Amino acid sequence: MRPLEHKPSPEADADAAFVERLRAGDEAAFMELVERYQPALVRLAQSFVPSRAVAEEVAQETWLGVLNGIDRFEGRSSLKTWIFRILVNRAKTRGERESRSVPFSSLEREDGEPAVDPDRFGADGAWSSPPRSWEGEPEARLLAGEARSVIDAEIAKLPPVQRQVITLRDVEGFGAAEVRDLLDLTDGNQRVLLHRARSRVRRGLEEYLS
Amino acid sequence: MRLVGSGIPCREMVELVTDYLEGALSWRERRRFERHIAGCDGCRAYLEQMRRTLRVLGRLDEETISPEARDALLHAFRDWRAEAR
Repeated sequence: MRPLEHKPSPEADADAAFVERLRAGDEAAFMELVERYQPALVRLAQSFVPSRAVAEEVAQETWLGVLNGIDRFEGRSSLKTWIFRILVNRAKTRGERESRSVPFSSLEREDGEPAVDPDRFGADGAWSSPPRSWEGEPEARLLAGEARSVIDAEIAKLPPVQRQVITLRDVEGFGAAEVRDLLDLTDGNQRVLLHRARSRVRRGLEEYLS
Repeated sequence: MRLVGSGIPCREMVELVTDYLEGALSWRERRRFERHIAGCDGCRAYLEQMRRTLRVLGRLDEETISPEARDALLHAFRDWRAEAR
């Protein structure tokens, strides 16, 4: 774990305040964190374990880990990253136990799959069936329940590590360096997995909108 | 369309989109990428679709916690406080 560059930031101050309150046994502070991160923790845990129920358990164990470890939190990463790290560690252990027959190395199963169906390009490599602009698509349609279900379904179909990367990067908003550290990936590998995941999700959304 | 002066075919452009958005292209590759985009409606639409996709992904987590999970965690917290403090 490499210490991040240390600058006093509003986030670091807010984190420090939360940590103090948690250490003092402040229930409201704990529940505020729970409200903020629980859905995201469950979402991420689902990419490691076989069911929603197990994911909920892993998230719950994560909070116990947060409480039991809060005295050791040193602010070297953000509180959010620290909480997610606890989740990733627990979810990995749990995922390995639950699905011994599906090793995580199966992640590269789809390696080399092109971002776009090759049939959409001509012999010269230029588009023969180009994508249509979404400029006319109202944001509301893309954010509506149905479009979100399409995206959720696409994410759920991804190989596990692709799913973890896109969830952390694009849904939860972590930076590339944090995700690389959390999932123990190289920069290049993180980017390739992100590329495949994003390409699949875009394709799913394009099919839905067409 | 065609190679639009950039020398990169559209089929390869779509594989460079993430590196472009991640700032992982060299200065020279970035220029070639942008030159292609400037002259190619298909690739411009593709890049725009990807950006919209990312915006929607960023809005996915508006779920709220279930009352059962909330209760369970509240109890876990109270147990922890009773034991630890």
